[in-house]
Amino acid sequence: MKKLLMGNEAMAYGAIEGGVQVVTGYPGTPSSEVFTSLAAMAKEKKIVAQWSVNEKVALEVAAGAAYAGARAMVTMKQVGLNVAADPLMTLAYIGIKGGLVLVVADDPGPHSSQNEQDTRRFASFAKLPVLDPADPQEALIMAREAFEISEKLGLPVLLRPTTRTCHVCQDVEVSDAIVPTQEVTGFEKNPGWVIFPSLASKRHSWLNQQQDEARQLFESSSFNRIDPGTGRQGIIAGGVAYHYVKEALDLLGLDIPVLKIGTPYPLPVNLVMKYLDKLDRVLVVEEQEPVLEDQLIQMVFQHRRPVILRGKYNRLVPREGELDTGKVKEIIANFLKIELSDHKKVLNSPPLPVRPPILCAGCPHRASFYVFKQAALGTDAIFTGDIGCYTLGNMAPLHAVDTCLCMGASITIGSGLQMVEPNKKIVAFLGDSTFFHTGLPGLINAVHNQAKQTVVVLDNRTTAMTGHQSHPGLPRTAIGEPVEPLDIARLAEACGVGFVRVVDPYDYAASLEVARQALAFEGVAVVVMRRECVALVKGGQTARVIDSEKCLDCGLCIEELGCPAIARGEEGPVIGDTCTGCDLCRQLCPTGAIIERGGAE
Amino acid sequence: MRLDIVITGVGGQGNVLASRILAKAAMEWGLPVRTSEAIGMAQREGVVMSQVRMGEGAYGALIPDGSADILLGFELAETIRGLAKLKTGGVVIANRQTIFPVSVSLGLSQYEPEQMISYLENTAAQYHLLDATALAGEAGTYKCTNIVMLGALASLGILPYDEEHLKQVMLDVIPPKLRDINLRAFALGRQALGGE
Repeated sequence: MKKLLMGNEAMAYGAIEGGVQVVTGYPGTPSSEVFTSLAAMAKEKKIVAQWSVNEKVALEVAAGAAYAGARAMVTMKQVGLNVAADPLMTLAYIGIKGGLVLVVADDPGPHSSQNEQDTRRFASFAKLPVLDPADPQEALIMAREAFEISEKLGLPVLLRPTTRTCHVCQDVEVSDAIVPTQEVTGFEKNPGWVIFPSLASKRHSWLNQQQDEARQLFESSSFNRIDPGTGRQGIIAGGVAYHYVKEALDLLGLDIPVLKIGTPYPLPVNLVMKYLDKLDRVLVVEEQEPVLEDQLIQMVFQHRRPVILRGKYNRLVPREGELDTGKVKEIIANFLKIELSDHKKVLNSPPLPVRPPILCAGCPHRASFYVFKQAALGTDAIFTGDIGCYTLGNMAPLHAVDTCLCMGASITIGSGLQMVEPNKKIVAFLGDSTFFHTGLPGLINAVHNQAKQTVVVLDNRTTAMTGHQSHPGLPRTAIGEPVEPLDIARLAEACGVGFVRVVDPYDYAASLEVARQALAFEGVAVVVMRRECVALVKGGQTARVIDSEKCLDCGLCIEELGCPAIARGEEGPVIGDTCTGCDLCRQLCPTGAIIERGGAE
Repeated sequence: MRLDIVITGVGGQGNVLASRILAKAAMEWGLPVRTSEAIGMAQREGVVMSQVRMGEGAYGALIPDGSADILLGFELAETIRGLAKLKTGGVVIANRQTIFPVSVSLGLSQYEPEQMISYLENTAAQYHLLDATALAGEAGTYKCTNIVMLGALASLGILPYDEEHLKQVMLDVIPPKLRDINLRAFALGRQALGGE
């Protein structure tokens, strides 16, 4: 049966076909829908789906399930793997019993990430096999087969899609066969689960042997394929780049042999040698790091093949950003030294407006940022930020995020800054989900080390940026079961924070008062700005309008707030259809010109 | 049969839904299909582009620059931004609506609608301008601008499947209580480009 599926949904279907029993993860673009699709099927398919507080926790929980013989999947984005690196590196030594598959989504570009790190590189560093799908259909098959591969090798397997597999749709063949539930053998006690140094040295030899086993297994994998062609020049392509290569060859009217690689590490040597047999020059096309190219260089050198390799090392293929058919066409033309006959269309369009993503109309974060900026007015306060929608607080006109590094770094970077500049006010902003992810250890650290800073938890009752996932502060689990929520304010008190307040950012006067008190507090202060994400609120509030009789066109609402619902009209500001009635602008308008739509005029 | 369609607009305009409807209709018509959409980091109010490829020989989901057959522009400036994807002689269907970003209100960038329209007139070989957002309002809500645009596209007879099929898939995808509004929106889009 064919279904129109996004790559992430396809991997969820693949996991079901592969007999997954447990799935954990932490949301992160572009990976999130793998988990949410599985969670949506959890009850029907009788699988356990749990969001974890962070990726390290997610991997450990899934590893525990795999220790007991269950087939488990963990989902995260590329930077999430850094958080999970500690368990991963040693899990490779310990090994697993039930199949364990990590779906780790890379984001070349990057579109929604803080870096372009390559998970294939991480896999080879951890000495673990990695699969690299070219499209949603292949991603489904890989997700299904990965469990078998994992159990055959006794190792966790990484499945690494990129944004252009995760977030593209394809007509995907889905099996409607019912997957028989796997018998779980249970955890068997033995010394092999306890990683003493003596065990580590033994297991390291085993892990090194498994590299050859995995390589052997991939020699005959259907994820790798030689597309025959003519001539003594060829192209090796990995992951999504395969389709760009095929389309570019089509556009160029060329028929040269292509080796498609879906198992980038460990690279099957016999297959590569067979492909190189009749070739003199080979171009390697892959996004991000030269993972295939490095292994190919090594193989060609070891086997003394007189083949010329071209790719990233001679700057033919970029190491940064994404590839596409157009770029690959130029790369191939360069490699083959052919002139491109078509000229690029030159467009001299009029100046186009800059349109970056910004905080939504009515976003409670806008109110929170504005309040703390006002409370800190006249001081040289530093606003440290974190990962979430609220990173956009950096944009004009708010300019309320001065740093952003990684998940949970708002409080900790703030602590470090304050150590060196003790007289400056430090305000750390982080979201509710981020607070649970890695914010909490930083808060405990700040209290213990007697930092003086204000921590603002932007509690919008969801993990918003990645598509509104649940977290431990909410009264429901990943599959919608009711659960007792954890209270961030009480947690902060239990951590020893001396000043804890909860306030509604939509109430400007009350928020400003609390913000001023927090900034004056000698120690760590926590302010929970609690108001549900505006994207989750359906109706309720009345939109606002501007009474042009009273408006002096002072520009405050536009220049201070940057709300997308307010635009400059011919005779002063105008509030448009997207107004949600958050009421922030009305509370700030110096002439009382902003009123409820349809209200008394 | 091969057809590449680019849909440009501003986050929140229903860009993804429009591309999914076009793609689902293609799949159910028996055609191979690929789409690529902007999902994730606060897409609201930002530039969004969807790409739909249908028919044999659809490789990756990304349409190479200068090769799209059709450009559906949900917002005027974004239509102009999307022209780089269009092939020479490709068809443009453009909504007249302008959404002024905050950067313009703050004086950080420019937006001159008249310049955009005259540029479109001078550049595109085949273009159709309509006020899809106003028509959507007439149908019941400005939020069905995307369906007005699909109605307009359907009226040109350049899709590989017939109009009724597209309309049926649209109805399958949309919540039942919104069917009437969307049917009106679809019909108004058709009529705007001279369909009956």
